[in-house]
Amino acid sequence: MLKRVYAIFRARNLEFMRDRSSLSWNIVLPVGLMFGLSFIFGGGDRPEYTVGVLQSAEEIDTSAHPYLKTRYIQFVAVDDEAEGFRKISRHQLDLLLQLEPALRYWVNPDSPKGYFAEITLLQSAGTRQLRKEQISGDAVRYVDWVLPGILGMNMMFSCLFGVGYVVVRYRKNGFLKRLRATPLRAIEFVIAQVASRLMLIMAVTVFVYLGTRYFLHTRMDGSHVTLLIVAAAGAITLISMGLLVAARVTSEELAGGLLNITTWPMMMLSGVWFSLEAADDWVQQTANIFPLTHVLGAARAVMLDGATLVDIAPQLLILATMSAIFLIVGAVIFRWHPR
Amino acid sequence: MQTALEARNLVKKYPAVLAVDDVSFDVAEGICFGLLGPNGAGKTTTVEIIEGVTPATSGEVYYFGEPAGSRFREEAGIQFQNTALQDFLTVRETLEMFQSLYNRQADLSHLIEECFLEDLLDRDNRKLSGGQRQRLLLAVALVNNPRVVFLDEPTTGLDPQARRNFWDLIKRIRADGTTIILTTHYMDEAQVLCDEIAIMDDGRIVTRGSPEDLLRQRYRNVIIELPLQDLTGDLGNIEHRILQTQGIVEIASDNVSDSLRLLGSQVRGLNRLKIRQPNLEDLFLDLTGHSLRA
Repeated sequence: MLKRVYAIFRARNLEFMRDRSSLSWNIVLPVGLMFGLSFIFGGGDRPEYTVGVLQSAEEIDTSAHPYLKTRYIQFVAVDDEAEGFRKISRHQLDLLLQLEPALRYWVNPDSPKGYFAEITLLQSAGTRQLRKEQISGDAVRYVDWVLPGILGMNMMFSCLFGVGYVVVRYRKNGFLKRLRATPLRAIEFVIAQVASRLMLIMAVTVFVYLGTRYFLHTRMDGSHVTLLIVAAAGAITLISMGLLVAARVTSEELAGGLLNITTWPMMMLSGVWFSLEAADDWVQQTANIFPLTHVLGAARAVMLDGATLVDIAPQLLILATMSAIFLIVGAVIFRWHPR
Repeated sequence: MQTALEARNLVKKYPAVLAVDDVSFDVAEGICFGLLGPNGAGKTTTVEIIEGVTPATSGEVYYFGEPAGSRFREEAGIQFQNTALQDFLTVRETLEMFQSLYNRQADLSHLIEECFLEDLLDRDNRKLSGGQRQRLLLAVALVNNPRVVFLDEPTTGLDPQARRNFWDLIKRIRADGTTIILTTHYMDEAQVLCDEIAIMDDGRIVTRGSPEDLLRQRYRNVIIELPLQDLTGDLGNIEHRILQTQGIVEIASDNVSDSLRLLGSQVRGLNRLKIRQPNLEDLFLDLTGHSLRA
């Protein structure tokens, strides 16, 4: 059995590595993703706060007030008061400051960052005795929170489309039928496809992760080994899901539709871009049927909260169960040839 | 000689078509058995049922007396009519991959030599010509040193030289004692290669036997062929058959001299007249009423 699995695994890897268009797409996309993230969230000493200063001049005179020398606050000139108010209301500015004719400021009471910008202002102005703000260290940047989501999303697309389309193509052009005429069994073919795609997606994910660690200094409170286990479990589940979707389909168009139907709900409801904590209960319950929800939950627990294997055991167990179901059902209903 | 394969009462029904209608036959070990018929006759479906690739609606297949199962899969070699190979692999890698799927192994270097693939080993599958590709597919069918080989229309699309080379290959495989099941609609191919044939039409076997026996039993005459445009009058009570698509008239004759004398006044001349032995195509036409290549 292992000999047959290895033969198909090796052949698939060779095919993938030599298919330059497919290979470059699988490399270019994640690299682009990494540099995109670096561009959006990078910048080294990027300020944590943005404060508008009502003035007509473009240049900020930092000697006009001690607050203007505060580190980690970006001061931007705002020459239109109404525009400044609009930005405050939309959290695009954390605080709006007027120096002349009288010292005044506006802040949005619902903005956490506005709250801290206000404290800093009052402290630097010396008008009230306040405690120094305690925001360094524990703050979770959005990039730290969103990174597992983006890696998981890339993994999801690569696993589902990368495996689903390949299997449908093999079936459509008769290669699967040819394999059917050998002693190869469906489960052996399926395992070989899982192993091949797993190797690829793990290499890409590790590469992008290390890149973001280097460029963005992303947060990692847990163990890298634990994170690797989460990634592997997630990839196996998503590849198995792709195989299940493609188990009987003979048309690439139908496969594309089914894969989109499978991926888009995960994209919206699994917490890739935003947290579902504030969502209705039924939305959260629905999200739990998707493997990506559990992958991201476990990855964020490891990276942001330092969770151990024991802590994320429930998610790993769910992923293992889903993988087993997808693989077994996929192998049972697997169709070798189009008719 | 023992029976290598036995098909019993095979039936394959699709929603609107009865593709295989109660087909039974057996194949002795070591022979080349030809399944002949026009496109759509049901021969490929019949063979795919035997190969285990297509499930039958009903019927059984036996391999050396046992229901065909894992032993059959290990010992059979199959060349489909249209087989895609994995893209981006070389000829050598393709052979190695398929060989790894079997416990039973042929000597790969001998196989490569026998199928004339030595100069193609590092070539991408996609860059092979039609004849080269057919030789690779045959080699793939032989990587497990099979006891039974299925060849489905193996020379379709090949030029005459490549076809004859391929026939030589098949003859060598047969000489090694391998049982061959060949499906084809080329009558010359069947006549050259097959020890025994079964002719299929509309999902049924209409006759079976060795090509020589079938022709000897059916025909005791020769066939005179004339271009239709050379006819000047009605052939009257001379037994004949007009093949409009080929533009000829065929006259069965057990005495060529008498037939030519009778024809004399009805034809413009005899310069383009041909006299030939009946072949399998004639047999098929007589049995079914339509041409094999329809």
